[in-house]
Amino acid sequence: MNRSKNAFINGIRDGIPIALGYFAVAFSLGIVAKKAGLTPIQGFISSILNHASAGEYAEFTVIMANASYFEMAFVILVTNIRYLLMSCALSQRIDSETSLIHRFLVGFGITDEIFGISIARVGSLNPYYSYGAIAIAIPSWSLGTAMGIVAGNILPTAIVSALSVALYGMFVAIIIPAAKTDKVVCGVIIISFLVSFAVSKISLFSHLSDSMKISLLTVLIAGAAAILFPLREDEESHTVTDKEDPEYDA
Amino acid sequence: MTHNIYLYILVAGIVSTLIRVLPLTLIRRKIKNPFIRSFLYYVPYVTLAVMTFPAIITAPQIPLAGILALIVGIVAAWRGVNMVGIAALCCIVVFVCENIVVRFI
Repeated sequence: MNRSKNAFINGIRDGIPIALGYFAVAFSLGIVAKKAGLTPIQGFISSILNHASAGEYAEFTVIMANASYFEMAFVILVTNIRYLLMSCALSQRIDSETSLIHRFLVGFGITDEIFGISIARVGSLNPYYSYGAIAIAIPSWSLGTAMGIVAGNILPTAIVSALSVALYGMFVAIIIPAAKTDKVVCGVIIISFLVSFAVSKISLFSHLSDSMKISLLTVLIAGAAAILFPLREDEESHTVTDKEDPEYDA
Repeated sequence: MTHNIYLYILVAGIVSTLIRVLPLTLIRRKIKNPFIRSFLYYVPYVTLAVMTFPAIITAPQIPLAGILALIVGIVAAWRGVNMVGIAALCCIVVFVCENIVVRFI
């Protein structure tokens, strides 16, 4: 019991910088949510349930496009598929005796950063460590989203315009370090930029929603990359290694 | 047909929860299939790249501001600036470009 309490406190401590970063980024996500017509409460609920920058961004584009619920499910599946990988990785690090409810809660709380600090723990992961980080980071993320929706109404256009790129800055921060260490990833990102730009200019695809374009391009390009450049055994820990750095920032 | 936003949120929440929870509750062994492993490895990078470009150009009021923000963001990320720092830099670039630089052109 005492060990769990300590783990929880450590989780909160490590979660504080994550929570601060989350608040700022979620704020810019709230601006997107507002464009999609969400109320602050809807934004808050969405962030509690989904808590994923790219995933929620995609979620709001689906809402904006008034697309089908099926498309929503598909888009979320594609944009959040990396959590499947992280969940797989965590399943190797959690004690095999861990009960179903603990496995469920640790899984529910996975974000890039919470995964990063959780996988970096020495030995098997105490679920209470994750709970500590989740308890501080996810409310901050959700509150930030709601505040972004509220303040999107108050802030002048110049500020909203500037904040609108924060999220993309965050995406760049995730993909570029990987491009630096892995030439194939670098090539895949360049191809993705070019194809995405081309598709946005070709009228043939203009009837597809943005979210559908994102999903289709992801499946096609990542699929082609997987066929052309399959990972070697030793390469698979790549993503994990990046996140293993405890200083890994939100 | 109009859709209910709460239903949208619920669908998104259920799917993302399943994705996060299922492997942790079901799979106890490593995925062996090389194609699936490779595919899952590339997916996040493609998704994020496709989402970023060309959307970063159309998000601000002036496309040039978005292009500059992207370039600055990539350079900063390459040099190891952390995520929050990069997001802040991109915002500053857009703000400066739209409100100061443009007046001199």
